[in-house]
Amino acid sequence: MRLFNTMMGIACALGLGALAATALAADPVKVGSVLSLTGGASSLGDPELKTLEMMVEQTNKAGGLLGRPVALVHYDDGSEPGKANVLVKRLIEDDKVDMLIGGTTTGASMAMYPLIERAQIPFISLAGALVIVEPVKHWMFKAAHHDRMVGQRVMLDMKAKGYKTIAMLSDTSGFGQSARKEMQNVAQKVGITIAVDETFNPKDTDVTAQLAKIKNTPNVQALFVVTFGQGAVVVTKNVAQLGIDLPHYQTSGVATREYIRLSGPAAEGVRLPAPVLMVAAELPDSDPQKQLSIDYVEEYEARYKTDVSSFGAYARDAWFIWTNAVKQAKSFDKVKIREFIENTAGLPGTSGIINMTPQDHLGLDVSGLKIVTIKNGNFVIAN
Amino acid sequence: MLSELLQFILSGVTLGAMYTLSALGFSMIYNASGVINFAQGEFIMVGGMAASFLSATGVPLPMACVAGVMIAGLVGGLVERWAVAPARDAEVASVIIITIGVSMILRGLTEILLGKRPHALPHFSGEAPITVLGATILPQSLWVLVVGALIVLGLNLFFGRTRIGKGVLATAYDRLAAQLVGVDVRRVLTLSFVLSAGIGAVGGVLITPISTVAYDTGMMLGLKGFVAATLGGLGSGPGAVAGGLFLGLIEALTAGYISSAYKDAVPFVLVFIVLVLRPQGLLGTKPTDRI
Repeated sequence: MRLFNTMMGIACALGLGALAATALAADPVKVGSVLSLTGGASSLGDPELKTLEMMVEQTNKAGGLLGRPVALVHYDDGSEPGKANVLVKRLIEDDKVDMLIGGTTTGASMAMYPLIERAQIPFISLAGALVIVEPVKHWMFKAAHHDRMVGQRVMLDMKAKGYKTIAMLSDTSGFGQSARKEMQNVAQKVGITIAVDETFNPKDTDVTAQLAKIKNTPNVQALFVVTFGQGAVVVTKNVAQLGIDLPHYQTSGVATREYIRLSGPAAEGVRLPAPVLMVAAELPDSDPQKQLSIDYVEEYEARYKTDVSSFGAYARDAWFIWTNAVKQAKSFDKVKIREFIENTAGLPGTSGIINMTPQDHLGLDVSGLKIVTIKNGNFVIAN
Repeated sequence: MLSELLQFILSGVTLGAMYTLSALGFSMIYNASGVINFAQGEFIMVGGMAASFLSATGVPLPMACVAGVMIAGLVGGLVERWAVAPARDAEVASVIIITIGVSMILRGLTEILLGKRPHALPHFSGEAPITVLGATILPQSLWVLVVGALIVLGLNLFFGRTRIGKGVLATAYDRLAAQLVGVDVRRVLTLSFVLSAGIGAVGGVLITPISTVAYDTGMMLGLKGFVAATLGGLGSGPGAVAGGLFLGLIEALTAGYISSAYKDAVPFVLVFIVLVLRPQGLLGTKPTDRI
């Protein structure tokens, strides 16, 4: 019995000691994240979470941030913006996070923002639409190129090639429809006529009817497909089936190796604006984006045994925008960090060189998107 | 102009064949149990996912396809035994809600076990399209059409010529009477789930090379199959075929001649009109009240 008591005593002492030790070493900086890990946007949210987890580990291995370890608290919104709002409340009130990264979709980011603004926590969204930074929202920043830039990049390339009349095929998802509107605006500005404007459901198994219509419209000089994921594969295969030999453009949404693998030879010759990440090896060594992109790709693929996508890369850039600001602020004061994020200057990321201002909470221009083409099953920079 | 029309028709028939396979599953389970099984789309997905997963691990294509269909059939049987049978005394509406729950579970399990990314299968006989009078069709679409037709014929023989098939029909007509003459009603129910899951999975496997498959592919196909089955008349085999083909053709022709923006709306409006004018569907039989 005495032995038992002694043992208990030792155990308790050890336990307390361990607790004290963790309390000393810990008190980590908390990064909160609401991502879409299930549901429609899960193929975007999944690489985002994987990247954030990898970044947390890297930062902690390098001694943490200003001497404090970093911890990630994340929730899954199931691709429903309404849920994101509830979850961010939990992050703010229960988890008491110091920083927010995430919002896989535009809907989720916008639904979360009112609560974030009230709590005054810096927030970097990973979603695509322009509305996130226009008009500028005090506490919200953006890591991804928006739809309009993708459109501009494509339309400028078309214009340079001399295509004036094009056909557009967009999907009926939120992304497809908001992007479609942006593309129509951009086309009007650069003087390109959209002669055929068709849509399809991203879950359709066949779009040859729409494509046959495009094929039989006279004077169309190029085809622009606005979609991502499975829909893009179906369209690409159908284009090959119908033998449509128009120049075929897609958006940066298909800048994944998966798209090439699933589409097979049908994807050859497709042109799209892609983040530098996909063609980093081709850049000159002097390019500041080259090494960091290659590092990210290698680490990610070695760790998760799966292809990188631009969505994960946005999470990587968001992480560096934040850590960079913390290092400059030399404190975890949220107001100071927000200011330093807003004044991020010349920070190279996978999506471009980031230069934010109080008027521009994105800090990227179209030069971060390269027009690439698919050749022998690989992305190469198009001339 | 003719080649354009032909292209729309070929596109519509391919879509329609797929909807037919989905609709047949709905009709079969409806016949056997009076339940509309909203997990039908997930059976299609499970077949495609299982086949592409096996094929990716190096199993030869024909074996992977057969195994995919068998796995889906097994899943169908288990769903009946574990989720539907325990609730056999519940109201039909409750069972329908159970099937919605099952569809969510199947989607979630696939997402966790096999991942969120879309998967593909190689085309069965090459990707070179066949040209017919200026229109093109993929050899894979011919596979969908031919196998779909064979399944319809096979089902016809099964229900018309075999003892078990007749047992299923008898159960559909009057469960108590069938039980009285010695039909094992429980078996019939399980069988109907296995069969409809298997038929759906055949469609899933055949369509995967064209459209790829992901954990959430089933929802849309299931919904379209339900529309096709209702359009043709729930519970009617020929109705499922007619409804499926009709739906596919209408979709393709709407996309081609009117606007693709209305492609998904027109079929639903049509269903509405058909059901108002002919509640039993195009080829369904009028329900008669016994006195």
